Amino acid sequence: MLVLGQDEKAKYPFLADAGQYLKDKGFSLVQFGSDPVLKLSVEKALHRIKVAAAGEVYKSDLIDGQASKDYVLEREVFSFLLAIVLIKLTGMSTLIKRFALAEARRAESYLEKDLGNASNKSKIDLATRIIFDLFNIEIIKENDFFVMPVSDYLKHSVTFNEREWKLINRHVENGKVFLTPDKTVRLIRKELGNYISSKIINAPKPSMIPGLENIVDELILISKKLTPTYTITTGDYPPCIKHAIDILEKGENLPHSGRFMLATFLLSRGQTVQQISPLFKNAPDYNPRVTLYQLNHLAGTLGNTTKYACPSCEKLKTQNLCFITKECDNIINPSQFGKKRQ
Amino acid sequence: MNDIDVRFLEDSFKKYYFNHFDLISTPQRTSEREFGYQKFNSSFFNRHISLKDDKELHLLFMQNIPSDVYCSNAYYAFPNSPMNEKDWKEADLIFDIDAKDLNLSCRKNHSISICNQCNQISKDAIKCEKCNSIKLEKKSLPCKLCIEASKIEVNKLSNILIDDLGIDKKNIHVYFSGNEGFHVYVFNSQFQKLGSKERSELVDYIMFHGAIPETFGMKKFKPNRSSFPDFDQKGWGGRFSKQVFSSKSKRSKIISELLDNGYSSFQKLLDNVSENIGVKIDPSVTMDVHRIFRLPGSINSKSGLTKILCTDLTKFDPYTDACFLNDDSIEVLANCPTEFQLKNKKFGPYINEKISLPTYAAAYLMCKKLATTA
Repeated sequence: MLVLGQDEKAKYPFLADAGQYLKDKGFSLVQFGSDPVLKLSVEKALHRIKVAAAGEVYKSDLIDGQASKDYVLEREVFSFLLAIVLIKLTGMSTLIKRFALAEARRAESYLEKDLGNASNKSKIDLATRIIFDLFNIEIIKENDFFVMPVSDYLKHSVTFNEREWKLINRHVENGKVFLTPDKTVRLIRKELGNYISSKIINAPKPSMIPGLENIVDELILISKKLTPTYTITTGDYPPCIKHAIDILEKGENLPHSGRFMLATFLLSRGQTVQQISPLFKNAPDYNPRVTLYQLNHLAGTLGNTTKYACPSCEKLKTQNLCFITKECDNIINPSQFGKKRQ
Repeated sequence: MNDIDVRFLEDSFKKYYFNHFDLISTPQRTSEREFGYQKFNSSFFNRHISLKDDKELHLLFMQNIPSDVYCSNAYYAFPNSPMNEKDWKEADLIFDIDAKDLNLSCRKNHSISICNQCNQISKDAIKCEKCNSIKLEKKSLPCKLCIEASKIEVNKLSNILIDDLGIDKKNIHVYFSGNEGFHVYVFNSQFQKLGSKERSELVDYIMFHGAIPETFGMKKFKPNRSSFPDFDQKGWGGRFSKQVFSSKSKRSKIISELLDNGYSSFQKLLDNVSENIGVKIDPSVTMDVHRIFRLPGSINSKSGLTKILCTDLTKFDPYTDACFLNDDSIEVLANCPTEFQLKNKKFGPYINEKISLPTYAAAYLMCKKLATTA
């Protein structure tokens, strides 16, 4: 069992036993709905969720990863635990996904700092222990690098599409892969998100806390706004495109290559940038300005006026984006779906 | 193959299995493996067989007189169940190095084409000399150069397995495949439980596929000399240096050239050196975690030679060390336009000749469809 220091509880609040923590501090959930002193923690929790819903990472009051005062630390942990309670009360899965992703990114930045902190061995030890306890990867510090068994590296890196993550592009020696602190943490980003999200999903749903009803309603409204109102008929679309739309509808992260495929496909079907843009609204890192900019580039209405074509089925296979069915009927590009004749 | 030839080969194989069962290495954890076999002139593949021990394996050989016997590299809870019910546990890592994949120039000298229409035999033809058919079956009688080139690949592979992947030398077993190459087995490694996708990444690493310029010091923006790998560097960095710079004295000059040529030219260089420094293994073999492989110690029906463990690869000569069929003479009608050597004795070429050959040489030709019992 991982024993956490005070600062670590603030940096990695998802590791703390929520119920036990509140009990240890002598509080019950009901108090947060009525106690004016605890109201600050509730406001912080709300802020934390709003930031995550906007696709950003919450900036805590910690200075260099340390709590300046005891109450700062307490509020950090309380706000995380309360945020989970509030999200559970809304019952909105979009909020769970966004919150888990944002908290994973926040924890990632602390883990990276702790691993890269050459002068503080205990910080490095704790970060490596967290990685081992959560993901069963044993990493050891060797000079400026962190090394892990090749087999562990491969189990995680195969989910990445970028060539940089191929084993050939890593220094490998004596059965170990050498990674910088940032790459070590990047390797487990997805699992970290899954871990936090499963913790939220598995947490018991509390009954409504008197005094927090308005906040819960406000969050439900935010979440509904995030869920796109468009309707897309996927009947005529090939399975790869249906899959990409499904991913976005679930509010999950579609890789860049998947977004490229989806956008170029829809453009090839005559849809406009304005029609396609809302589709990406549910992506965890959605930014309307960037989305429009990128779509206009793909459509050739910005930049060098080159219109980008939908990638071939062969290319999509290598990017793990192909979900071939017999309806595909030997087409070589998704844009041919339904058009090919025998 | 006609019935008389089948009977001759079955008799010869049976004698070998009766006298040399000690050469058949029953794999570790026998009862967790899937076995399979084929018989002469039968397209049916008997798979999903589980055996408890050597006795059952011996019985399989004696009762069925198989042309080929196979065993899985995977370990299963229920090896005799259908594939999706076997409950896969783990699999040894196996690499296949085959002379036919090495693009050797000698190959055309010992390749033979057999016409599927009229059975005409000719040397490495594109179409039949007699009936012009293009439906040809290719046979090769690999020469010493083929074997030596395959050995070089085996040594390259062993070095990467030991130095880069940290595998203990004693856990690497090299077998002559019984025909044109070698099977390299890796036991008890950290890779036992890896699935197909992860093994495919290992394959790319070993073959030097998918390298990007940044890994070898060439940055897209503001590249600098100091990031290029050194000669003494371990892993691919060092191997790349030795291949590209060829000597320490040339390193600096060549780095200047590389910087001048730019990023995309460096990517092309990587793709080109991959051909030389990457190990030429068959990717599909290593990636497949459900495959069954020829059982060590069994005879390969493509040649009549035995798949055998090579304890000293440098000295290993498959044409003496893997040739175990007996010396009894048999009269055959041989049609083999190229010569070959077995047990230090030269044979051929034969052009539709009725000759008396020792069993091992007759079986070699019959297995390659180049002779028939007279």
